[in-house]
Amino acid sequence: MNRNILFAPLAFFLILVVVFGTQLARNADGDDPTKLESVLIGKTVPEFRLEDLAEPGKLYDQSIFVGEPLLLNVWATWCPTCYAEHQYLNELSQRGVKIIGLNYKDDRNKAVQWLTELGNPYLISLFDGDGMLGLDLGVYGAPETYLIDANGVIRYRHVGDVNPTNWEETLQPMYQQFLQEAK
Amino acid sequence: MIAEIGHFALIISLGFAVLLSVLPLYGASQNNPTLMNFARPLSWGMFLLLGLSFCILLWAFYTNDFTLTYVATNSNSLLPWYYRLTAVWGAHEGSLLLWVLIQAAWTVAVATFSRGMPQESVARVLAVMGMITVGFLLFIIMTSNPFLRTLPFFPIDGRDLNPLLQDPGLIIHPPMLYMGYVGFSVAFSFAIASLMTGRLDTAWARWSRPWTTAAWLFLTLGISLGSWWAYYELGWGGWWFWDPVENASFMPWLAGTALMHSLAVTEKRGTFKAWTVLLAISAFSLSLLGTFLVRSGILVSVHAFASDPARGMFILGFLVFVIGGSLLLFALKSASVRVRGNFELFSRENALLANNILLVAALVVVLVGTLLPLVHKQLGLGSVSIGAPFFNMLFTWLMVPFAFLLGIGPLIRWKRDNLSSLMKPMLISGVASLALAGVAVILLAEWFTGLAFLGWVMALWIVFMHGFELYQRATHRHSFAVGVKKLQRSHWAMMLAHVGLAVTVIGIAMVQNYSIERDVRLAPGEHFQIQGYDFYFKGLRDKDGPNYDGYVADFEITLDGNYVNTLHAEKRFYSTAKSMMTEAAIDRGVTRDLYIALGERLDDGDAWAVRIYYKPFVRWIWLGSLFMAFGALVAISDKRYRFRKNKSDSTAAKEA
Repeated sequence: MNRNILFAPLAFFLILVVVFGTQLARNADGDDPTKLESVLIGKTVPEFRLEDLAEPGKLYDQSIFVGEPLLLNVWATWCPTCYAEHQYLNELSQRGVKIIGLNYKDDRNKAVQWLTELGNPYLISLFDGDGMLGLDLGVYGAPETYLIDANGVIRYRHVGDVNPTNWEETLQPMYQQFLQEAK
Repeated sequence: MIAEIGHFALIISLGFAVLLSVLPLYGASQNNPTLMNFARPLSWGMFLLLGLSFCILLWAFYTNDFTLTYVATNSNSLLPWYYRLTAVWGAHEGSLLLWVLIQAAWTVAVATFSRGMPQESVARVLAVMGMITVGFLLFIIMTSNPFLRTLPFFPIDGRDLNPLLQDPGLIIHPPMLYMGYVGFSVAFSFAIASLMTGRLDTAWARWSRPWTTAAWLFLTLGISLGSWWAYYELGWGGWWFWDPVENASFMPWLAGTALMHSLAVTEKRGTFKAWTVLLAISAFSLSLLGTFLVRSGILVSVHAFASDPARGMFILGFLVFVIGGSLLLFALKSASVRVRGNFELFSRENALLANNILLVAALVVVLVGTLLPLVHKQLGLGSVSIGAPFFNMLFTWLMVPFAFLLGIGPLIRWKRDNLSSLMKPMLISGVASLALAGVAVILLAEWFTGLAFLGWVMALWIVFMHGFELYQRATHRHSFAVGVKKLQRSHWAMMLAHVGLAVTVIGIAMVQNYSIERDVRLAPGEHFQIQGYDFYFKGLRDKDGPNYDGYVADFEITLDGNYVNTLHAEKRFYSTAKSMMTEAAIDRGVTRDLYIALGERLDDGDAWAVRIYYKPFVRWIWLGSLFMAFGALVAISDKRYRFRKNKSDSTAAKEA
């Protein structure tokens, strides 16, 4: 056998070191791995055709995002943080905030049951069972929430749960601004 | 003053470690017995000083010495004394001190139990372990010193230990895990020492085996304790989350499992040497990598330590030295130790090779799943998501061939075997597992699920094939009753560990497919039903602890009118740390757990959000890992390793 193959583990390890080193340098520059940039910020929501969560066969496309500012919330029943944020989403929807849910890589029956039991804060629930739209959006992991303006343009990406603190400090001011823009 | 002694002891032990990594190695290369003889006393010196330093830190926590920054940030005078002591390893600095103490303990263990080994090998092995200790001690002293003072303005009271960590499970979870991680440094040191001399003989494999098994034993216990702790303490009711930190502990486990099996081939057949050495290096390297991932803040995780780029850079440099150095040594030296094995396609060698390939494939899945989001983002491809579904799907499909091989592996003979001789038992076991798995699923579950059925088939296949193997082995020369008593301990160890895996597989198959999780709104006096169990919310009472205010909700559970148990779910508010904790109440059972966690009080007064879970067979997951750990214990106690000393003494005498 070729002797060079014995160097393969070393080479692989050195590549890892470069990756780690780069990330450490970025962290030192203030890059926080929990803050993720979406390449899609400033662009319209990618094209998609997805079924309704509860009614298979009923299809939606990207046009649902045009008309008024919306939140797009990516969630799944396998995600404990989604559970934590769910009651707050219910509260927001009661206050009149329009939220579209994207059920991401999930079991359809479990998801429907979850909404029945915990309340449904979503105007429309999209079912993304194989994660195609999630992939286009660059979802890192549930939950994530995107702020989308009235023209269907993604304006902000929030990773992690939506809670009273970050809603009042960050998300709400932007949402209000988009509401103003839409008028 | 006492704290300064602790700090000073750390520095002196660093001196011992430096001497340990230089003198015996130089002695071995010069063939100088005096220098080589320094290895054992230097190991002891290093260990005792670290022990002193650790005890002083314990004392500082016990006496609430808030002039130490580390104590002030991680303890509180209201904390009960036992949690004050375990708070020592509740955060970065102290847990690192525990790590290096355990490292020194393993070094001393090797120094003590290696009397039968040639002096030169002992000297080299201990020197390599000394080098690893030097790295960690430098790391502690330079970036993470637990003995730093807050003087002159020390706080009156401390900031309290993270409430999540105030739990008996956490008293033993980190030490167990570290015992496992660090334990792999023994096999690593043996491998490096052998690579240095280029002498990789079967004796090397025989010496490494009990140490590897011991480390694997601790790691198995550590991981299952962590899983158990997450299950009852985090209030999520899950047992594994594929969190980067969990993955970091799972990767060395997979590598260690592969190593145990390939060491068996190297010892018995003298082949797979280069591969075994690579696995020995990998198992410890992955432990170090895990530490790096957890402590450097480059990955997003629920239980990462507070991150600091300087610390990250230091560990990365250390990784380059240890892992890079050993892989370079491997690349340069291992070509000379490769042997052409003499075995045919259908042989135990190949079965174990296939086992190794599957374990390494699983390892690669975990590694990729953990690191891909990072790499992907750096390449400017945007962020990518890898969640539990990715791991679950790949592990399900890897498990099928793995379970199949696990069933037939022990029956295949070394060197060459005939597939046809195994056809009959395979057919019978196959049909029996398919049939019984169907019966099990129909009897134990409300509805039929393909994956649960698959799980039962795999588990029963493993059990039946091992039963047949036991029968065949026992009746080889004697009647069954006589033969079964003559089986070696290592054989029973294998049985236990393999059946343990089957038990765990049953647990996973059942809990993943038939768990029922309900989030309900309940007020005192109301009922709720799950799976025939009636949960009656009796009432709420106050219960305050030493450092928290709490509520207890009492639930009475009945099954068809018969009383089962009363559960007390708690909600605690820790005043100093200002955090809310849920203490789930669990009714444990062999075939099911009933799990109640108290959520938030709902706006309109009386009612609470209550989570009620029905978890079938969840205990089996941990029961199986206990079987595996017990198997490892039995393997270590096998006579072969105890007689090792006499045997090598006699060979040494012959050589002399």
